[in-house]
Amino acid sequence: MDLTWSATEQAFRGEVRAWLEANVPSPPLPSGDTAGGFALHLDWERALHARGYSAVSWPTEFGGRGASLWEWLIFEEEYYRAGAPQRVTQNGIFLLAPTIFEYGTKAQQEWYLPRMSAAEDLWCQGWSEPNAGSDLAAITSRAARDESAGGWRLTGQKTWTTRGAFCTHLFGLFRTDPSAERHRGLTYFLVPLDAPGVTVRGFGRLDGDEGFAEVFLDDVFVPDGDADPAAGGTLGVIDQGWGVAMATTTSERGLVLRSPGRFQATAERLIDLYRSSGTDDPVLADALTRAWIGAEAYALYTLGDVTQITEGNSPGARSSLNKLCWSELDIELHRVALDVLGPEAEVDGAWNRGWQFALSGPIYAGTNEIQRNIVAERVLGLPRVGR
Amino acid sequence: MRFAFDDDQLVFAEALREVLSKECGPDVVRQAWGGESSADLWRQLSDMGVVGLLAPEGVGGLGLTEIDLVLLLVEAGRAAAPVPLSDVAAVAIPAIRDHGQTDDAESLLGDMCSGARRVAVGLALDGGIVEGAVGAAAYLLEADDGLHLVDPDVVSLEPVTSVDGARHLSRVTWTPSDATRLSNAVVGARQAADRSALAVAAELCGLSHTMLGMTVGYVSERKQFGVPVGSYQALKHRLADALLALEMAQPLVWRAAATLSTGDADASVHVSMAKAEASVAAGIVSHAALQCHGAIGYTVEYDLHLFLKRAWALQRRAGDAAHHRRRVQRAILG
Repeated sequence: MDLTWSATEQAFRGEVRAWLEANVPSPPLPSGDTAGGFALHLDWERALHARGYSAVSWPTEFGGRGASLWEWLIFEEEYYRAGAPQRVTQNGIFLLAPTIFEYGTKAQQEWYLPRMSAAEDLWCQGWSEPNAGSDLAAITSRAARDESAGGWRLTGQKTWTTRGAFCTHLFGLFRTDPSAERHRGLTYFLVPLDAPGVTVRGFGRLDGDEGFAEVFLDDVFVPDGDADPAAGGTLGVIDQGWGVAMATTTSERGLVLRSPGRFQATAERLIDLYRSSGTDDPVLADALTRAWIGAEAYALYTLGDVTQITEGNSPGARSSLNKLCWSELDIELHRVALDVLGPEAEVDGAWNRGWQFALSGPIYAGTNEIQRNIVAERVLGLPRVGR
Repeated sequence: MRFAFDDDQLVFAEALREVLSKECGPDVVRQAWGGESSADLWRQLSDMGVVGLLAPEGVGGLGLTEIDLVLLLVEAGRAAAPVPLSDVAAVAIPAIRDHGQTDDAESLLGDMCSGARRVAVGLALDGGIVEGAVGAAAYLLEADDGLHLVDPDVVSLEPVTSVDGARHLSRVTWTPSDATRLSNAVVGARQAADRSALAVAAELCGLSHTMLGMTVGYVSERKQFGVPVGSYQALKHRLADALLALEMAQPLVWRAAATLSTGDADASVHVSMAKAEASVAAGIVSHAALQCHGAIGYTVEYDLHLFLKRAWALQRRAGDAAHHRRRVQRAILG
């Protein structure tokens, strides 16, 4: 066991901290989940990219800086500590990209990854459909074979697509074998949203921002595999998209999407809030302490996870524990903050916004009820029959 | 950065788990409930080097640190071993090692490592309730002015019954004197409290593992309405939450062991985070275990209660969750 950072890692931290201190926008940018805010966030994303910070753990050839997983954790700690903007590119960089690294052809990697890290292509996730949320295998959007054109024709509807109204591309699952059921016969598609036949309609989330969209696909042509990446394509083997998608969902549940630095930074800000509020309520102080310990526990749990990953052991279904932890921790941190604010909590502000966003955590990326099933069945080994 | 145990630590823990699975099954815990001493088990733990792990090699110890000990205490907890291992190995030995000023101290340490003599521990947080006081060769007791090492002839013992019949408790009363006070007695008392809390936290993690494992096994077999009860979501979710609590407490315990070992300035706060969360987790796990077992868990014939009661006993030993959260709170809020 070694809980110290190397000289190289410390130097990396110093470099990141100095750059963020000089460059993080002040006052903070408006929400990136609105049309106007999104555009401002793209400027920020491009500034990150110019510095090699948009995807630090990627190889330099794709726009990253070849950082280790440890350095990525350090980057994230510093990023959230500095109060830097939300990452409107996250669904591409943190969710799709790991899947492209694992399943993409060389041509796909070379086309999509640099454009993604440069915030030229902006990706949204096309999993959910009106009748397929937690039960992802129930999707009905389909892709019909168009042999003469060398590709597929996509028809169906995706929904609750985060930032779908502002993004340029969608990745998602479509049914390519109409005779197959459930998780068989699905294929992973990459779709430009400016393709003929795509209609996107944004709508308001609980917090009022236009952060959601419905995406309607009506006979949208997507070419085979990597034949013409600019026009979209398929990722991985046809009809085997479920396995490809699982790589994305594992990233989504696990530490890649929600590194501990974010929650430790929230915990630090909560302490500042408590101090500046002048309260000395012992009940609030204890609740704050519990939440703060929770952030510490998640950070340490992640250090263990990263140690295992760097030594070649995949967390697998244990990533569901990780998702349960951070999503509930985030709610707890914000709940305490609102209690500290008291009557001020009602007034629109960062904590109130953060609270509303935190409430989405146990819903997105697979509801926490689904995660508990996964933990019970695949980590504890309880019987799958029933429910 | 590497947040994992090394191979030697894992191999030692695995070896101890094997020994305890043979030598310390529930039958042995039940014998302790019947009032029998666990002298054979103590000798085996001494022979393996577990008891004297923190003592210098010169007196027969292994000269190792808390990070090497913590997984062994988890194993002791896993088996609900009816021996005061945390008190002796994690608290008394390092206290006497660091602050015992007499020539006798060295021979006492040697005898503690070999298992020939045992020291019982009574820290202030435990309110004078001491495990294994009867038959102890000496007592490490905390007074307002710090730690004392006290001979049997100046203490009086009043046996009391624990909720966990395998823990043989006494109320210890005594009168402190300068003659019995250890050097750096106040520092020693602070260290002892930290080491005790860490050790109990580790035992609670081990107990939680056993309770959870027994429950998963039982609900996978037990059928009602024609299916295993463990296939119902109500039980799945409760047990998933129990595992989550345990999995998030453990890294805090590992970190506290690591920073106590290296003398980190924040080690005391780390210990408090560990004990607070290990206590909370053991509460969640033990209640889930009992509820998911149903009526069979509420019997004394079935083994679960041996572990439940140890968990209840240790949850508030060495400071309960509220005590330790107050310590953390002082550190973060001032």
